Parts: sequence; C-alpha cells; structure tokens
Amino acid sequence: MEAGQALPELAAVPWRQPTDARWLRRWGRIWHAWTLLYTVPFIAAAAGMMWLEPLAAPVALAALAHAWIIPELYAFRGASVVRPKARGAQPGEEVAQGLLGDLLGHAERDLQRGTGLALERGSLGVWLVGQGGALLVTPGGGRVHCFCVAATGDELPPSDRIAHLLLALREDEAGFATVANHAFAGAPWRVRRRLPGVMRPGLDAARLAAQ
Amino acid sequence: MDRTGHTTLAKWTADDDAAFDAAAREFAEQQGLGYIGTVPDGPGKATHVRELPRDADMVILRRPIAGG
Repeated sequence: MEAGQALPELAAVPWRQPTDARWLRRWGRIWHAWTLLYTVPFIAAAAGMMWLEPLAAPVALAALAHAWIIPELYAFRGASVVRPKARGAQPGEEVAQGLLGDLLGHAERDLQRGTGLALERGSLGVWLVGQGGALLVTPGGGRVHCFCVAATGDELPPSDRIAHLLLALREDEAGFATVANHAFAGAPWRVRRRLPGVMRPGLDAARLAAQ
Repeated sequence: MDRTGHTTLAKWTADDDAAFDAAAREFAEQQGLGYIGTVPDGPGKATHVRELPRDADMVILRRPIAGG
C-alpha cells in the first residue's frame, strides 16, 4: 500500500491521534503491562495463601482461576472483532463475493473463501479483514492488534462488508487504523485460540506473511 | 456496492461526453447519499476521488466506515 489521500472518515474522529507504527508499539506495550498487572497479583496471592495456610487452597485456586479467566476474556473480546456478523445465505452475497474476489489476488481469494478473512499486506503489518473488524499482525508476527470497524449500513452482504473495509484500508492504511476502535493487542496464540476454527488458518497465513 | 452485492450505476468512455456527463451526475448523486468514490489502483492500492475521473477503468462507490 502507498500513502495517498487521507481517509474522508477521519473527519469524524478529529480528536484521535493518528495510528502509526510507534502508536501500535506503545499500545502493544501497554496491553502487555496491563496483562501482567491483572495476572501477577492473583498468582502471587494464590502462592502466598498456599505458603501461609495450605487449607486456603480453594481460595488460592479461585485466585488462579481469575488469573487465567481475565486474560482469556480480553483475548476473546479481541478475536470477536472478526467473528462473522451474518450467518446463512444472504441476499446479494454471491454477487458481492464475485466483486470481492476481483479485488483480491489468487492466494488471498482462496484464503478468504476458506476463512472469511481477506489478507492484505500493509506498511504497518499484515491485515486480516473480516465483516466487522480487522486483525493486524505486526512485522515479525509477534503481536496482533484487534480493531473493531465496519461499513455503515446493516443490510450489506457479508462479502460486501469486507470489500468496503478493504477499499478503505487500501486508500489510507493509517487512517483506517485511526478510524477503527482498538479492542485488544496481544500474542497471536492468545487471539488464535479464541478465533472460530475455520478462521485460524487465516491468522497462521498472516503470521507467516509478517515474518 | 449495496445490498444486492453491487449495482452498475453508469458506464462511460473517455471520448463520450454525454455518457461521461450522465455518469458524473450519478456519481455526484451517490456522493450526496453518503457514498465515497474509490478507484482501485491494482494490488493493495486504491485512491479516494471526489470527482469522477474520466480516464478511470472503474470507480467503486463504497460506504463510509466507522469504529464499532
């Protein structure tokens, strides 16, 4: 992708700092620190309780469960941005799939038909665009940023939703990431295990492309 | 692009003024409805256009996007 005109939708979010590689690195670190902040105390509390009083094992187990469940919930929230919004046969989907296919290369078209995610290489990393959100695998494949973003209008066929997002992404990658709501950042394995099984090969392909 | 998958709104050629004028009017009308003109420029590239480019092979009208 090349830098071009700014995305017109940026006018709706003038207060937002432009999303660039530096912004993504900073938010990646914040999410990492945040994850440690809400897991380490629970693990420490569990260990402390067991050390002080082994009879407190049930409470220690509850603390460990918190340390496991809370990060899982955040990862679930991140993966949910690309979960299909519409299921079953949709009016116009066949036509929309044809147009989306025309916008994609051969390998990306096959991947999209199998996973529901359109892979797009950008300057910020490798994107996976779904119906109502996008995942960004950073260069090197070490982190995934999850963005909640959608084309306006509820009646669009699923493939059309992806095509609208893909075109906006190609117009202005940084603008696209700025307009989108950042939902989560974390290790790819955390997001992958919370993705529907059919979508996981998409994330695998994006990680491979990002390396 | 719309609920039908996509609809061809107009066709024109660079040397057909009447067809281009009709297409430009349709383009402006769709912009008034909130659609955004985009010209696909090959793999990974697209350009936002505010006026109908006479020499473009295809112009796609897309919906605005917003954070969910």
